[in-house]
Parts: sequence; C-alpha cells; structure tokens
Amino acid sequence: MKRRDILLALAVLLLLWQMLAMALHQPVLPSPVQVTAAMGRELQRGDLPLHFLASLWRVIASLVLSIALAAPAGLVLGQSPRLNQIFSPFIYLTYPIPKVVLVPVVLLFLGLGDLAKIVIIFLVLFFQIVVLVRDQAAALRPELLQSVRSLGAGRRALFQFVYLPASLPAIFTGVRQSIGTAVAVLYVAELFATQRGLGYYIFLQGSTLMNYPAMYAGIVAMSVLGAMLYFGTDRLEKALCPWLGK
Amino acid sequence: MIDLDNIQFAYPHKTWLFNDFNWQAARGQAWAVLGPSGCGKTTLLYLLAGLQFPSRGQVRVDGHNIDRPRPDTGLILQDYGLLPWSTVLDNVKLGLRIRQLYGPDGRHAPRLPQGNPQAAHLAALSWLERLGLAGLSGQYPGQLSGGQRQRVAIARTLVLQPDLLLMDEPFSSLDAVTRLSLRELTLGLWREQGFTFVVVTHAIEEAAHLGQYILVLGSPPHQQPEVIVNPCFGEPELEESDQYRALLRELRARIAPTLQATASLPARPAMGAE
Repeated sequence: MKRRDILLALAVLLLLWQMLAMALHQPVLPSPVQVTAAMGRELQRGDLPLHFLASLWRVIASLVLSIALAAPAGLVLGQSPRLNQIFSPFIYLTYPIPKVVLVPVVLLFLGLGDLAKIVIIFLVLFFQIVVLVRDQAAALRPELLQSVRSLGAGRRALFQFVYLPASLPAIFTGVRQSIGTAVAVLYVAELFATQRGLGYYIFLQGSTLMNYPAMYAGIVAMSVLGAMLYFGTDRLEKALCPWLGK
Repeated sequence: MIDLDNIQFAYPHKTWLFNDFNWQAARGQAWAVLGPSGCGKTTLLYLLAGLQFPSRGQVRVDGHNIDRPRPDTGLILQDYGLLPWSTVLDNVKLGLRIRQLYGPDGRHAPRLPQGNPQAAHLAALSWLERLGLAGLSGQYPGQLSGGQRQRVAIARTLVLQPDLLLMDEPFSSLDAVTRLSLRELTLGLWREQGFTFVVVTHAIEEAAHLGQYILVLGSPPHQQPEVIVNPCFGEPELEESDQYRALLRELRARIAPTLQATASLPARPAMGAE
C-alpha cells in the first residue's frame, strides 16, 4: 500500500462524513470541521490528553504483560507435544469466549483500578498470541532443528537462534489481529466507574454534558489510539523481522 | 574414524533398518552411501551425527562413543538447514556463535580455546569469499538460489573445521550445471581440508563421482555392508572411461533388485529421515 493511497482514502472518508453531516444537519452528527475545532480546544485546555494517556498506558501495559507471558507459554507448548496435549483442550474451550463478557467479573474481583482494565485487555491478547506462537513453534521443520543441533546447539542456543526469531512474526500477527478487539474491550471497561480513560471521556461528553463535538473528538482519539498501535506493530515488525517479505 | 559395531536400529513400530550392522571407514576417506529411498541411508547419517541412537551396539567416531552431536562433525542436510531469519553472513557465523555461547566445554564446542568474535567474523568472511558468496552476505536465504544456499551451508559447516563431514543428498535438487560445479568444489575442499567425507545419495552417478568407496544399502534390514572400491575415483574425464560405465552398470545391478523390494515397503517415517 502506498502512503498516497492511504491519505486519499482518508480524504474521501472525511469528505463523505462532511457531506452526511451537511445533509443531516443535526447536533448529533457534527461535521469534521466542527470536530477538528473541538479537538483543538480539548487538546489545549481540556483533559483529553490525560484521558488518552490513561488509555494508552493500559493498552501498553497489557501488551507487555501478555507478550511476556504468552510468547514463552506458546513456545513451551509448541515444543512439547505432551504439554500441548494437556493444555490444548483448555485453550480450545476458553479461546472462543468473548472476553468482553468477563469485564464485570474482572471488575468485581480486581476492583476499579488500572489493574482490572489491564487484566481484561490481557485476556484478549494472551490467547491469540499463545495460539499463534504455539503453532509457529510446532511448525518448525525438524530438519532445521537437527541442523542447528548438529552445530552444537543445546536448549539455550536453540532458544536464542531458532525459537525466539521464529516466534517474533507470530507475536506480531497476534498483536495485529487482536489489538482492535483489545481497544474495544478497553472502551467497555472504561465505561465502568472510572474517571480516567477515553471510554469514560466519550461517555461523559455524550450522555452527561451533551457536548457532541467533544464526544466525537474522543471517538477520533480512540480511533487514533487503535491506529497508532496497529501501525506501530507493523513498523516494529518491519524493523525486527527484516527477512519477512524477502 | 568411523566404527559401527553391531548396531541395531528401528523406528518405533517399524521393521529393523539395521540389524547387527558393522561398518568401518578410515580417516580422510571419501564415502558415498548409495541406496533407494526408504533404505535407511539418511538414518545412517543421523546415527553418525549423534541425532539418532542405536538400540543396541555402538557408533564410534574418532574412537569415542557417540551419545550426542559431536562438535567436530559437520552435517549438511538435504534442505540445507539455513535460518530463514538470518543473513548469509549470520548463517555462516551461526556455529561460531553457538561455540562462543557455550565456551570450550567439549560438549557443544571443541575443548580447544576458540578465537574471539572478531576472528570468527573474519573466518566467516573468508569462507564466504572462498565460495563466491561475498556479494551475498547481507541477503536472506529466501533470496538465494538452491546452489547458493548449498554453498552457504558448506561455508557454515567448514568454517568450524570439522574432521568429519556428513552430507545428505546434497545436490539432488540442483540443476545439472550447478550440480557438477558443486561436486567439483566439494571434492576440492575434501582434498584440501583432509576431513573424512560421507555423502548419502540415491543417484548412481553421484556415488560414482563422490565416493572413493561406495557403501551400497539394499533393502533393510542391513547386516553385512556391501562395499565397492571405486576404481575411477578422482579421474579427470570420468564419463569417457569404460571403467566408469562398468561401475555404473555394477551399481545399477546391485540397486535394481532392491528397487522392486522397497516398492512394497511401508511409507517413510514422519521424521523426514529415511
């Protein structure tokens, strides 16, 4: 995809939004121009940046946590058919549960602080990454492992030179696939009894203050958050996995 | 150098591949192991490399019983075993980096003190140069041709200065011209470096070119080794000689009856080993 094409698509979407807003002419759908103005105001003297950072922190923390736990777990399961035999039925059963329904449960157990929100996003990311890394590690050709073993590699060297680089693309794919869901679940989690985060901000502006342009500014900020994480993942993958696509 | 002493080997739930099999090879010799698919020749290579173990009997290399991969044995498998995520240079340095990781422990690396990372880097560069890969050092294996990959695998193995080199069907997936030039290259390196060389192949011509001695494996289980001394090994203009044609005829005759026999054997084990 060319950058020019992406910018063009963005322009078309904004234009459609503008036309729709003009046609409807209702306060519940302000035009992009109005929202941009509201965004400017909120960024300057409102607390939109604080809410943005609160949400960003929660996503980043759960990303780090889920990669740190899911990647090693996936590697171990992928290498050991016996362990995989024991654990894969559990993953099979829990993987399809829409994690968003666990939001009230996690809040009940972990309270209203950041931890509960981080754990909820963690649940979304963890399973996706475990499954992809496991399958990647299991798909390594035995010939490759034998060749590296014949060069003297034991467990440590195999991990460093084979399993770790082999699982990187799977980690990135897992993050890319589930980051959208993770942000959506975060939004839901932030609706509950918190005073920080974009979910709270959007809800407050829309239902309590009836400040629709500011509400849309919050929605745009949440979209930017999702897009930043998505494109950031792509960038990082290109930097850390230069062999892909060659 | 190689001493197989009454070995017995079978994959789980399969018939014996080797049953009280004996075979000796002296230091510095070049051996071709010839046989049809499924005859157990790759398994023989895995046994020598310390990646499979006999259920009875002993595999000895350089006088030592083999119970794990030996640092001084080089192994090049059919698919070259290159890391897709590493550049050509990093692939060639892989064995050296593994040795640096463990130090001279005698298990993962020879007990001799090793050079520093700088020396390893220079050694890898000089092998790349040697094998005509200098311009490709920043490329990834996915960007190389089959012949280039094979040369990277050879460089990666020889930079470790093995005294025994094992190769599994090294040239079978290459085009004819590349195959000939790599054969010459490999034999040249064998003469120069003085390692013991064992190559496994199903191609009769390949065995006739590469083997000073040819070990013919018919249909399993193998008991007595069937060894042919190659009278025309190393001769220039090999294809033109009558001796060569006679050798091919003899090899074909020894392989042919087993071809019918192995056709009815069960499928190859899932390991990818024959």
